[in-house]
Amino acid sequence: MTTLYDPARILAALQPAFADLTDRFGSRIQAIEAPRPNEVYLQVQMDLVSGLCAQLYRKWQARLVSVFADDVREAAGVFHVYYVLALDAAQGFFVLRVPLTPEQGKVVSLANALPAVNWQEREIQDLFGIPLGGHPNPRRCALHDDWPEVHPLRKDFDVKTALPPFQGERHKFRKVEGEGVFQVPVGPVHAGIIEPGHFLFSVAGEPVLYLQIRLFYTHKGTEKLFENLPVSHGVRLAESISGDSSFAHATAFCHAIERASGIEAPPRARALRTVCLELERLYNHIADIGAIATDVAFVVANAHAMRLKETVLRLNGQLTGNRLLRGMACPGGVRFDWTTEQIKTISNFVRDLMPEFDSLVTLISESSSTRDRLETTGILTPKTARDLGVTGLAGRASGFNGDLRRDFPHTAYDQVQFTVPVYQEGDVLRRMQVRIDEVRQSLSIIEQVLARLPQGPVQVKVPDLHPGAVALGYVEGWRGEIFHWIRAAGPQRLARCKIKDPSLQNWPALSEAILGNIIPDFPVVNKSFNLSYSGTDR
Amino acid sequence: MFDILRKSLSTGIVTVPFPPPASSPGLRGAPEINFEEWKDARPATAICPTGAIAAEDRNGTRSVTLDLGKCIFCGLCAEADPAIRMTHKTELAMRKRADLCTTAKYALNSQGAQERLLELAGQEYIQGAPSSRSAGRRCSSTPDPRPSSFDSLGSDLQDRIRKTFGRSLHIREVDAGSCNGCEVEIVGLNSPIYDIERFGIHFVASPRHADMLLVTGPVSRNMELALRKTYDAIPEPRLVVAVGACGCSGGIFGQNYASLGGVDRVLPVDVYVPGCPPTPLALLQGILLAIGKGCQMPKNQVNR
Repeated sequence: MTTLYDPARILAALQPAFADLTDRFGSRIQAIEAPRPNEVYLQVQMDLVSGLCAQLYRKWQARLVSVFADDVREAAGVFHVYYVLALDAAQGFFVLRVPLTPEQGKVVSLANALPAVNWQEREIQDLFGIPLGGHPNPRRCALHDDWPEVHPLRKDFDVKTALPPFQGERHKFRKVEGEGVFQVPVGPVHAGIIEPGHFLFSVAGEPVLYLQIRLFYTHKGTEKLFENLPVSHGVRLAESISGDSSFAHATAFCHAIERASGIEAPPRARALRTVCLELERLYNHIADIGAIATDVAFVVANAHAMRLKETVLRLNGQLTGNRLLRGMACPGGVRFDWTTEQIKTISNFVRDLMPEFDSLVTLISESSSTRDRLETTGILTPKTARDLGVTGLAGRASGFNGDLRRDFPHTAYDQVQFTVPVYQEGDVLRRMQVRIDEVRQSLSIIEQVLARLPQGPVQVKVPDLHPGAVALGYVEGWRGEIFHWIRAAGPQRLARCKIKDPSLQNWPALSEAILGNIIPDFPVVNKSFNLSYSGTDR
Repeated sequence: MFDILRKSLSTGIVTVPFPPPASSPGLRGAPEINFEEWKDARPATAICPTGAIAAEDRNGTRSVTLDLGKCIFCGLCAEADPAIRMTHKTELAMRKRADLCTTAKYALNSQGAQERLLELAGQEYIQGAPSSRSAGRRCSSTPDPRPSSFDSLGSDLQDRIRKTFGRSLHIREVDAGSCNGCEVEIVGLNSPIYDIERFGIHFVASPRHADMLLVTGPVSRNMELALRKTYDAIPEPRLVVAVGACGCSGGIFGQNYASLGGVDRVLPVDVYVPGCPPTPLALLQGILLAIGKGCQMPKNQVNR
């Protein structure tokens, strides 16, 4: 066992789990690195992964939050496959690194035991061309069936490669047959103003028997592009991973860069980031509450919600120059400081929004027909949610008691008091209720941050990255946990940027939640998750 | 029921007038370059994440292009270069892709700095004399005053389209690969604040019912066919509006193995709406421009 770390540096809370792993698997762990106290890398062979994961899941309540690969054939002659496990209680991450030779390497699937990794493993197969063994459904996922045999995230693939034009869908959907069973295809172009994706419903009469979701229509080479841009441009690209989470993604990216270069944003920058993250949460949650009301034909409530959303977007514009908070994030802090006047504007805004929001909630909650449509609709049971690793607000409506803001405090969340709403019922009503609770928490968080706003600079210079430095950045966006993992290639260049949007994890839950519901309820169930297509497809 | 009515009555009218009385405070709009005083374009071209400011040196001259169709209005160039400032101009829709570009040619000195401005194309954008038309009234619901950059508009087809859709317009929106930022703002057009239906404009579910295709995003390889099919399903005459930096040019994604670039690489585009994302008012201006209800700003009056 090679040791490249100082054991004392590892976070005290991670030590018991770490000692357990080294006791149990010691001789088979080939290398240990702890670049940061809460981020411990264990290099192991593929055959040990399932055992390690099982031990971490059973004994330490770990969650597998990201699985991805990295092409280091040039330097080390192998691919690396990474498994990121979060230990919420210990506030730390174990990252398993598995070297695979290009000739014989094979990813042994965990999907049978952990359905949560289904798409992520297939993505590795598509984007890197590493074979996948033992997967229950090893078909293509990230690259559609008509794509030629290319593996875009391999280093020898040029981002500008011109591929033959798309010739049409060759995907074979599973057949669902039986008397009175028919299939309803929807998409990729949908009826509303939303992103593209294909849904194939199989129904018997009205209830949905089976829903097949086909995504990755908006795949636009984002992860590959990061490898071809300087870090300063990368931040702007991060803002375009999922437009409604522009600031959260950009901040997760900056967080990763800062961790890789061993610095931390100054206190005032962290406070401003916190306010921006909460503003992003506010406008999305309010818009979703309105949209859920629309989908059950309560349009007046949506008109009020849209009005409130617009006030947040305008405030965003005044504070950052962009209504979606773009241009604000930068590694080492934030780009713009706020004047006393602007801070007063935020305080007034929060004060004015509270009664307005309460009145909107009253309007919706007093409508018995709305409640009737939302309650017991689209149930995602806590067990299914746990199996699929559903995170974020959708998870919290189904018994998942986790929130990176509380469990892995980043930005200034360690300075504020808030509670994490958790419900067990998992229906549309509870997903709306989580949003309602979180809007109130957001307003309170903003007030708390502004009440104790630190003075000082909002930006520090980020030292050059060491080639080969790796780091995991994380942010709880409004939808759920966002992870950016980077490996530096040079002072201002990245060799890899893995983006993990919570949508990727949560999409399969929609297929479960809709079962037994009727197709006319699909829009409201879908909206109650409101997952990002672009964040999934990248 | 009475509570709902009471709330609506107490809220009052929230719809903003159009054309708007003033630009949105604090928003970063198009960058403006002082081409005469510009000494070196290289810092700005290096810092621009989308290549909206691009330079090419050849035989002692440098040709620099500012392309608002690529710009995401991040303001990094203005931080790096005192000859550039960010304006609040956000309603920038144009009928021709080329109208979004300004190109300047310079003679270079031996250090590679710009010595002398040789020519400026699209120069009215920055130096055109203020015309007699009031900038504040550049967009109105009356037929446009036909500013000079309108010259290409006279084709019969466009007149027919304008006559056809003069009173009402049905729009089918297609996300051809966007990040969903543009969708956040397009949805806002249906809000009581922007209330697009007051102009007789309506978003529809089916392309068969539509007159106009509003397209966002760089066209991803996976969406090309769906986009073409949607376009083909729209009865003629039909209009296409490309939305956002990505829709205009591919934006920060540009062209790569999975992205074809701007919408005009796949469909004929009638109006380009820059922005990242365009504000609802910018979208409204672009949509109205396409049906001849609004007007394209003369370049020198893009700012208010």
